[in-house]
Parts: sequence; structure tokens; C-alpha cells
Amino acid sequence: MKVYEKSSAFFPVFERKTGPAQEASHYCPGCGHGNIHKMITEAMEDLNLTERSVFVSPVGCSVFGYYYFNCGNFQAAHGRAPAVATAVKRTNPEAIVISYQGDGDLAAIGTAETIHAANRGENICVFFVNNAIYGMTGGQMAPTTMIGQRSTTTPLGRITETHGNPIKMAEMLSTLPAPTYIERVAIGNSKQIMKARKAIRKALKNQSEGKGYSFVEILSVCPTGWKMDPVAARDWLMEDMVKVFPLGVYKDETDNVDNGAWDRTFAPYEPEKVNVYLDQLKSQVGDTQEVKLPYDLQCKFAGFGGQGILTLGLFLSQIGMRGGQEVSWFPAYGPEMRGGTANCSVNVSATRIGTPLVDHPNVLVVMNQPSLEAFEHEVVDGGTIIVDTTVIEGRPDADRLNVVLIPASDIADEVGTPKVANVVILGALAAATDAFSMEFCQDTLRRVIKKKSLVDMNMEAFRRGYEHVKNGG
Amino acid sequence: MARQFMKGNDAIIVGALAAGCRAYYGYPITPASEIAHAAALHFPALGGVFIQAESEVSAINMVYGTSGMGVRTMTASSSPGFSLKQEGLSYCAGAELPCVVVNIDRGGPGLGNIAPEQADYFQVTKGGGHGNYRLIALAPNGAQEMCDLTMLAFEMADKYRNPACIMADGITGQMMEVVDIPEAKPLAIDHSSWAVEGNAETRNNLVSSIVLDPHDLEDHNHKLDRKYQEIMANEVMYEEYKTDDADLVVVAYGVVSRIVYSTVDAARKAGLKVGLLRPITIWPFPTKVISEMADRVDHFLAVELSTGQMIEDVQLAVEGRAPVHFYGRCGGVVPGGEELEAEYSKILEGGAKS
Amino acid sequence: MTEKTTVEVPFMEVNSELCKGCQLCLAVCPKSVIAISDKLNSASYHPAYYTGSDCTGCGLCFYACPEPAAIRVVKP
Repeated sequence: MKVYEKSSAFFPVFERKTGPAQEASHYCPGCGHGNIHKMITEAMEDLNLTERSVFVSPVGCSVFGYYYFNCGNFQAAHGRAPAVATAVKRTNPEAIVISYQGDGDLAAIGTAETIHAANRGENICVFFVNNAIYGMTGGQMAPTTMIGQRSTTTPLGRITETHGNPIKMAEMLSTLPAPTYIERVAIGNSKQIMKARKAIRKALKNQSEGKGYSFVEILSVCPTGWKMDPVAARDWLMEDMVKVFPLGVYKDETDNVDNGAWDRTFAPYEPEKVNVYLDQLKSQVGDTQEVKLPYDLQCKFAGFGGQGILTLGLFLSQIGMRGGQEVSWFPAYGPEMRGGTANCSVNVSATRIGTPLVDHPNVLVVMNQPSLEAFEHEVVDGGTIIVDTTVIEGRPDADRLNVVLIPASDIADEVGTPKVANVVILGALAAATDAFSMEFCQDTLRRVIKKKSLVDMNMEAFRRGYEHVKNGG
Repeated sequence: MARQFMKGNDAIIVGALAAGCRAYYGYPITPASEIAHAAALHFPALGGVFIQAESEVSAINMVYGTSGMGVRTMTASSSPGFSLKQEGLSYCAGAELPCVVVNIDRGGPGLGNIAPEQADYFQVTKGGGHGNYRLIALAPNGAQEMCDLTMLAFEMADKYRNPACIMADGITGQMMEVVDIPEAKPLAIDHSSWAVEGNAETRNNLVSSIVLDPHDLEDHNHKLDRKYQEIMANEVMYEEYKTDDADLVVVAYGVVSRIVYSTVDAARKAGLKVGLLRPITIWPFPTKVISEMADRVDHFLAVELSTGQMIEDVQLAVEGRAPVHFYGRCGGVVPGGEELEAEYSKILEGGAKS
Repeated sequence: MTEKTTVEVPFMEVNSELCKGCQLCLAVCPKSVIAISDKLNSASYHPAYYTGSDCTGCGLCFYACPEPAAIRVVKP
């Protein structure tokens, strides 16, 4: 015996629906949503998917999908259902996720979400109800409204010059490599309805088998918005709409895709695993070895991009960190960091650091002429200024400042590459400020330099800079 | 304790991981992109989700999806991108979904620039999107707090079922400091009464912000409002520095509080009795403590990277009992200590005293 | 309404209170055994009804009907 009746994937009574008649839908007489809801619930039940299904309702007449579908429900913002569905599926890959959307939702305000969920091959079902009009808001033009079709915002009919052409989503999406199955069906007559049933069932089956993204565009009707009686509306769908939106399969890789090919995994939170992972992120400088600074360092390092200015700051910061000091590093960030000049502020302090910005450094390193000109005057009286004399011709005011002149780039070149000029400078800085010993700095660098093949060269660069200063320049 | 020298932006992700956040959805924008970079590296490595969304709008709606399943999730952006998230935040607040959203504030309005500002204060603290709602808003001023307050934001978001926002400026995002890496602890939160997890247990749940009947929606708004009153009563956080005997209390948050902190001792050496009050929660705002100060403090000064936004909350707290002055820089210009000290001196030496 | 005894012939039935009178079922019925009532239901629609014989139980009216629970078809 075969009984055709309301599926158990519908709620027995639509209790979330406000007002009377809680067994009837809220849809207008002859509306296509009810037909499509019936086909979806039937497939959910037949495929035994209802319990783990999540139905994402759009904005539009089907905003109340949650009145009807006896499964988990989300109500999404206008056009955002594919984004919500993406997250739901990624967060629980076992869930069967349905993004149910009208034409305004899917093809106008949510075009980006639609295309990108398809392009990522989200393992979800998108059921696109195209009835060529905005129903709920009062019969306005939809992105799929046909040329000549009247709506409340195309009172004289849609014309291409003003409104563009009806958009063909199935065709557009079928150009993408990721989607598994894309078909356009209709509900104009029984034959079409039976094809639509099959398409909906196939989409849900694909998802349950991990076969990826399925998109079923269903040409539907809006007798109210179209100002037609329900039977005439179905006729118009069959006669006119299908000419603009041809029915058929636009893409079908179902048989070429392995089961589970589009399954993704999600691991729930496990604190122990997170702690093991976080421990790997810890600094390699090791245990603190308390250092007593002669004074807090407020440094500014400046030069051209590519000279290792920012790295110089990072190295000093990590030395300070290992020495048990408060440290902060701040780069002048933005377009200037991509070529042109680079500078950063570094504080190394025995006490809490206020501003991370160093306006008046007591240590300034300059590695190009413009930086000398820009920052020399900002150095506090008696502060230290370290100048790479290989690349800078000017000389700072030696009466006011402790001037350290060092041909850092030349020394670096002798050591092996001009790229370690910043470490030569670092050696000079350590020596000139008496903040940290050579051994302490070299030991720290050895721990933090990631490329171990470069360690020796950096050790030598540091030694040369340090000794250049200690030996009186 | 395990430590690392890291950017404020990276510290946010360390805090998020330790808080049990499992899904990150984002879109690149300077100066917040490092947050997405770190998430892209760490979330998949721990079996979680990272998606670079097609837009900020999509990203916050993905957050809506994961949050609606009772799983901790977040997104991060900077001002123009944060504007785009307002729709989704309103939906999250309406549907009472806990999530964390980060705004590394940059110069505006419009495309503005990528330099630090605090001109999104109104947007963050007064609602931002449509409808009656608030974001819980925390304002870290250093890398450790970027980590710790992110963890706290997740806790508060869950506790109140409401989005929580980390509002920081570009400097706090970009600067590096030493961070004590926190320990991830088990979570004991039962979401089963409302989350939709795609299983039999939660099959009857609904995540939605639609309430058709006006009386029902009024009730829903009142329910949200009671929650907000509770947050205002219980969750205010602030820090004081030398306010006890201050003639002038400077109110500043984020990086500006660091700059002000650096000036307080110098100003006192020059004979200016200055103190600092730093809101850590900018919503709920520390209204009560400022109100209590208003009877004994001669002057208040709001210092902001804006043309004056937080000052309105200071004025509301002071209720006209003391002059509330303003000093702001914007467009990415950051005040130096000297110009602030000059301002203190002007106020305290009668120039600006009313 | 569930069958109390073994059904021997196919039939369709309309819940007249849930029917919105759209007549789509009439349009698809290959045997033309569905008609529209003269009476109004409580929602002011003229509901469809089964004329009482010759239903083949094909189910087309069930799928054509937009209402979840307005039509039920039994085919033994």
C-alpha cells in the first residue's frame, strides 16, 4: 500500500506559526513553496536524514521555514544563508545542511555568498526557489524577473537598458569547477514536479554521501505577486519562464565523485591538545637570566626597508626578554614598510613600560642618511647614536651625543653578506650601552635564529660590532 | 610559564585557542591581518576551522552559524571591515549568540588610512548595527591583555549569550611584547537548550532573531535589556593610577592609556597632580567610579584618538560636577607625552579651568 | 483520518479546513475526480473535495497541492 501524506519531517502541528490554523501553512493559495517543502521533507524522511538535518531559512516568504521543518533550524540574514550553512556544515560535518533561498536572497543580496559557497564546494544542498519576483516585500522586481514582466518596481515592465537581464544562476554556477551537481527544475505540472522531486532527493543523497555541493534551482510561482490565479500561474511558468530559464542538468559529477570526497573534518575542543600545541609556540630563549641594566633603553632604529632594521629590534627585544626585562617593539607599519624607509621603537626596561612609541630615544641607530637627518635631533642629550658609516656620509653632533661610528655594512660584507649589518650594529649597541654582555647576546641569538646555517655568520658579525666599539672604534 | 615575544594581533589568537575557540572566519585588512594569518596557521593545525570568507559580511554570518551550534568562534577586522559586520552582529545579539569579534581600529571615516585611531568608539559601545543591543567591549592596551581579554571575552560572551568585542587600536595590534601563554582549561557550558548542533538532541532548537508579534518583540527587547543592565552592574573593569589625590584625572583607554601612563610621573615631578583612569571595559563603561570621583576631582580630561567620543560617557558620569576637557588626535596622529603634559599644565594652571 | 479497515480501492481525501481552494489538484487529476465545493471553509476558501469514485491513487494531486496536510492519497 502506498500512502501519500504529510511527511514526518514536517512538524505535526506548526506551533511556531502565530495565529490560528496551525496545521495550515502561511503561504498564499497556489504558492510554490509548499510544494517544494513537501518534496524536501519527503526526501529527508525517505533518506532518514531528518534528525541530523539543519534547515537554514532565508529572508523572503520562506523566512518561516522553521515553522515547518522538524529538524534543527537557523533563520539567517538576507542573502547570508550559504555563509551560515557553510559554518554549520564545517562545525558539524555530520549534519545535513540545507540552504533554502529565494531569488532576491540568493541572486541579488546574497550573490557573493552563493558563488563562494559553491566555489568552495561546500558539502551542502542549496535549494533555489526562483519565482521571478519579490513576494514578501510586495511584488518588487527580482534579479530573475523577466524582460517585460511587471512588478511594483517595474510598473511598465522590466527593460534591459534600465534593469539588466534576468540572471541565470544555474548557468553561472556551472562554470565553477567545485560544484558536483547543478540542475534547474520546475513545478509547473506533474511531470516537472516528479523531476524536481528526483533532483531534490539526489542533492540530499549527494550530501549524505559526502559528494559535495549540490544546487537545485526550482522555477516556482507567485500567484499573488504575479497577479494571476494559481492555475494560470503554473501555465505561465510552463509557457514563458522555461523559455528564459531552460530546464535541465547543468553539471553532474555525481557518478565521478567518490563517496566522502568532499567530507571535511572538525575536531572538538580538547584542552590537553591545545596546551601541547601552545607549548610549541613558546619562545626559544629559554629561562630568564636576570640582567641588571645600567639604564632603561629607549631605542629607535631607522634605515631603508631590507636592511634588517625591524629584525635588529626583534633581536634586541628577545635579548631583553631573556634578561628578565620588560620589552616592547613597535614598527612604523604600513605602505612605507614595502620599500622606502623602515623604523621601529624598542623599549627595554626594568619597570612597566608606558608608551611603546619612542619619541625621544636614548639610543638611535641610523642606517641611512635620511634617517640621520630625520631623527638625530630627537635623541635626548647624552644619548647614544650609532651610525653605519659605510652608507652615511653625515656625522652627528658629537658635543651633544655619544656618537658611535661603525662601517657596519663593510664589516658585514667581510663577514659574508651585507645582510648581517644589523647584527654588527647590535654588537655595537650592546657594547656602547653596556646593557648586555657579548656572551649573553650571542647565546640568545643562537637560540632565536631559525636558520641554523646562518648562526656562525651572525656570531661573527656580532663579535665584530661589539669589539669595534670596545676597542675604541 | 611558557612565554613568547609576540604581536598583539598574534596574542589574540593564542588567547582564542586557549579559550577553546574552534572556528575563525575572516577577511584580510590592515592593520588586523596578522590575526587571520595566525588563525590560518593554528586553527587547522588543531583540527578547527579557518575560512577566509568572501567578505566581512560573510565572515560574521559564518560566525553566526558556528556560534549557533554552541561552539566558540570569532572573527576579526579593522574599522571599514568592522562596519560591514554590523548587520551580522545585530543578528547575533538578537539571536543571543555568544561570539567574539575583534576591531583593530584604524583611521576613518571611509577608507581613511591604516594608522591607529579610536574613532569606532561610538560604533562599538553604542550598538553599531540596528536595534536595541550592546556589545560587551573590552579595550586591551598591550599584548598580554590582547591574549587575556580575548579569553575573558569568550567567557563573558558565553555567560551572557551576547557578542563580545575586543576593541584595540593599530598600535596595540602591531606592537610586540612578552606574553605569558595561558593554559587551556576544560569548558563546562551547556548549550543544549538553544544550540542547533545537527543532531537528535538539539533537533527542536531554533536560532533566530525574528519575533513577529510586537508585544513578543518588546518582551524580547526587555529581556535583552535586563541582561545589559546585569552586565553594567557586574562586569565593569578599569585601572587607576595615582587618582587618589589627583586634581586632574585623565581618562584614556587602549594605547592612549599607555602614553598617558608615561606622563603621569613626569607631570607630578612638575607639580601637576595628575592621575589616570583607564577603562578596560569601554562597555560597560566605568561610570560609577568616575561619578564618585566627580565630587573631589577638579578636572577631568578625556584623551582619545578621535575628535571626541568617549568624552560623552565621561560627561554623562560627571553630570556637570566638574569640567570635562578633551584632547584628541586623529587620522593616525598619536599624541606625544610633551603635548599631553602641556595640556595638563594649561588645565591646572587656570587657562582652561571653568 | 486513518483507515480503520483494509482499503480495497484507491482514494484521495481533502482536509477541507486546510485547503485554500487553489484548484491545482483539479488541474493535474488525470481522472477529473476532484471538484470544488460550493461551501466556504472557515478561512473563506472554496475547498476541493473528492467526488467519490475512480481515483487511481496516482498521487499527482498530493504533489500538486502546496499545502503540507490538505491532501492525502491512499493506494492499496
